[in-house]
Amino acid sequence: MDREKLDQTRAPIYEALEKFREMRVVPFDVPGHKHGKGNPELTAFLGEKCVGVDVNSMKPLDNLCHPVSVIHDAELLAADAFGAKHAFLMVGGTTSSVQSMVLSCCKQGDKIILPRNVHRSVINSLVLCGAIPVYVNPDVDHRLGISLGMSRDNVKKAIDEHPDAVAVLVNNPTYYGICSDLRAIVKMAHDAGMLCLADEAHGTHFYFGENMPVSAMRAGADMAAVSMHKSGGSLTQSSLLLIGENVSERHVRQIINLTQTTSGSYLLMSSLDISRRNLALRGKDVFRKVVQMAEYAREEINAVGGYYAYGRELINGDSIFDFDPTKLSVHTRDIGLAGIEVYDILRDEYDIQIEFGDIGNILAYLSIGDRMQELERLVSALAEIKRRYKKDPDGLLSQEYIDPEVVCSPQEAFYSNKKSIPIEKSAGFVCSEFVMCYPPGIPILAPGERITESIIDYIQYAKAKGCSMTGSEDPDINNINVLE
Amino acid sequence: MNLWFSEYHAPDVRHSLRVTRHLYSGKSDYQQIDIFDTPEFGKVLALDGDVMLTERDEFIYNEMITHIPMSVHPNVQDVLVIGAGDGGVVKELTRYESVKRIDLVEMDPQVIEVCRTYLPENACKLDDTRVHIFFDNALRFIRRSTDEYDLIIVDSNDPFGPSEGYFTREFYGICYNALRSDGIMVNQQGSPFYKHDAEAMQRSHKRIVNTFPISRVYQAHIPTYAAGYWLFGFASKKYHPINDFDEERWKSLHLSTKYYTTKLHIGSFYLPAYLEKMLMEVES
Repeated sequence: MDREKLDQTRAPIYEALEKFREMRVVPFDVPGHKHGKGNPELTAFLGEKCVGVDVNSMKPLDNLCHPVSVIHDAELLAADAFGAKHAFLMVGGTTSSVQSMVLSCCKQGDKIILPRNVHRSVINSLVLCGAIPVYVNPDVDHRLGISLGMSRDNVKKAIDEHPDAVAVLVNNPTYYGICSDLRAIVKMAHDAGMLCLADEAHGTHFYFGENMPVSAMRAGADMAAVSMHKSGGSLTQSSLLLIGENVSERHVRQIINLTQTTSGSYLLMSSLDISRRNLALRGKDVFRKVVQMAEYAREEINAVGGYYAYGRELINGDSIFDFDPTKLSVHTRDIGLAGIEVYDILRDEYDIQIEFGDIGNILAYLSIGDRMQELERLVSALAEIKRRYKKDPDGLLSQEYIDPEVVCSPQEAFYSNKKSIPIEKSAGFVCSEFVMCYPPGIPILAPGERITESIIDYIQYAKAKGCSMTGSEDPDINNINVLE
Repeated sequence: MNLWFSEYHAPDVRHSLRVTRHLYSGKSDYQQIDIFDTPEFGKVLALDGDVMLTERDEFIYNEMITHIPMSVHPNVQDVLVIGAGDGGVVKELTRYESVKRIDLVEMDPQVIEVCRTYLPENACKLDDTRVHIFFDNALRFIRRSTDEYDLIIVDSNDPFGPSEGYFTREFYGICYNALRSDGIMVNQQGSPFYKHDAEAMQRSHKRIVNTFPISRVYQAHIPTYAAGYWLFGFASKKYHPINDFDEERWKSLHLSTKYYTTKLHIGSFYLPAYLEKMLMEVES
C-alpha cells in the first residue's frame, strides 16, 4: 500500500474476510469448529456470521506474526489515522501493548521512571524484564482523594537523580481523566537521552476528538499503548501499539512475537480495522456527542447537590495539565458514602453498572453507545441514592497517596523465597506480590515494596467498604506473601 | 382493499386490524408515528408500530387510569401526567373541578401535534387553561420536584423502548419524592399474560413495592392491547384503594362514564389466582 495514498474508507482485513466468506473455502485447517459447523451450541450463541470468520492465518488473510499483506495494510492505515510511524495490531489486550512497550526499551537492571499510579500491567512487565522502577510521586488532590498527573518538577528531579534511566512512562490520561504536561515531559526525557512512553489505555479519543488533551504521538512520545476497545469501540482484548520515529519497527515486532499468540483472532483484528475506519471517518462527531453528554451529566449531577462531578475546572497547569472531558468522575464522599458503596447500590438496586467505585469517587464510562435517556436514569438514580442514604461524612477515610519504599526490583521480589504471614503482622516486611482494588487496578502494594501500618490500614478499610481486592495469592487478603 | 396492520403481541402471536386508510406516517426525533383508519376500531395511533390507542377502546384505559385514583384521594389539586400526548387522560382529568393544575410531560412534541390534527376527540382538552405542557424527559423533569403533586399518572409506552426509564426504581423514587405526603401514583403496568410482558410487570411491581408503602394492582379489559387484558399499578403514600375509596363522594360529582363504575372500582382489584401468585412472588 502506498503511504501517500492511504484511503481511510478502506478496511483491508474486513474486506479480505468478506471476500473469504464469499469464496466458500473448504476448511481442512484449524480452528476445528470449521466455521461453526462442529459446535452448533456455540454457533447458536454467537451467530453464524461471527464464527464463520473465526479462522486461521492463511495467504489471503495474512499473518499477525509477520504481516505482509492485509494486516500490514491495516497497520499502515492505523498508523496514518493515529499519526504514528507504525501501528501494531494487538490481540492480548492493552496489557500486551504495555508489556511490549516496556520490554522494547528496558532490559535487566535498567531504570524506568514512572508514576506510582500505573496500571498493574506496567509493573508486571518489570517482573518479566527485571527493570527497576523509579517512582515519581504523583500529586494528590486532597479533597477528591485521587492521584493526579506527574508535575514537571518531580519528573525533572527524577531524571536528574537517575540520569542512567532509559525511559519515562506517562499515563495519558489516568483512569480519572487527568493528564500530565506530556509535551514538556517528552522534551525533558529526550534532552536526557531517554525515551518517553505513554499508557493511553484511556486515551484513544485524544487522536480524533476536538479540544482533547494532546495525544502521545502528537506530543512527540516514542511509544503509546492505546486501548481501542475502550473509547475506540473495538472488541474487548483488541488494542494498538503505536511507535514514533525513534523506535525500530522490526525490533518492536520481535519483542511482540516473544509473548504474542501465533493464532491471532480475526474477530479482534477485524474489529480493530472497522473501528479505526469509523474513528478516522466519524471520530470528530462521535466524540463531540460524547463530550456533550458528559458535560450535561456533570451539570445535572452537580445540580442534585452533595455530589461533585468534576471537569476542566480542576486544571492547574502542572499535575492536572489537562482533563479528559469525556470522563464522568463523581466525588461521593460529601453525601457520606464511599464511591464503592454508591457503585454497589447502583448495581444492586437500580440495575446500573458503572465502571468503578473507589474510596471517594465513582466513574461512569461514557461512549458513543450511550443515549440521553440512560444518562437521565443515572442522574436520577444518584439523586435517589442521596435522598435515601445520605449521611454524615465524618469517619469516612479520605484516600491518600502512600509513597512506596522500593526495597528491591519487582522481578527479584517476585522470584525470591517467600512466606505467607497474617496481614496485620506484616508491617516492616517486603511484599512479594501485588495488592490492588480492581478496577481501577492500580497497585496499593507492588512486589519489592515495604509494607507499612498505613498501607495495612488502607487495605483493611477498602475491604470493609466492599472493594474487590485482587493480585494476592490469598483471595481474601487475610495473609500476604513477604520476602523471607 | 385488503390492507392489514399487524402487531406482535408475543413472538408467536400477532394481532391484526384491517386498514381502510393510512392517514399519517412520520418519523419524529424519537419514534415512528402512524395514524390509520380501521373499520372496527376507528382511528388508531401507533408508535414504532405498537398500538397506543384506538377510538373504539381508548375510553377503558383513560377512565380506569384516571377515575380510580380520583375517587380515592379526597382532594386532588395538582396532577402530573407523564406521556399521554394523545390527551385522553387530560380529557378525563379536566372533568374534575377540584383539579387546579395539570402538568403534562411528553418527550415528543410531534405526538401531540399529530393527535391534535387526527384525534381531536381525545386532544380537545389539551388547551384547557389548567393544562401546562412540558416537552421534556420525564426523569429530568420530575427529579426537580419535591412535595408538589397529589397525583402522578404514568401513561407510558411499554418498557422495551424509549419508555424503559419509566419502569425503573429511580423513576418510582423520584415520583415518590415529587408527591405530597398523601400522594398517589398510578401507572400502566402492562399485561400479565404473555411471558415477556409478565416478567416486565413483575420487575416493575417489585420496584414499586420497594418504593411505596401501599402498592396494589388492578385490571381492565382492553381489546387492542396484548391478550386484551391490561393492568394498572396503584401506589400510594397514605390512601388504600379500597379502604379509603369514597363511593358517595364520587357519585355526588355525577360524572358519566362508559367503563368505570363504583362497583367495578372494587372489583378491578380482585385478581385471578395466577396473577396473585406472580405478584406475591415479588412482594416478599
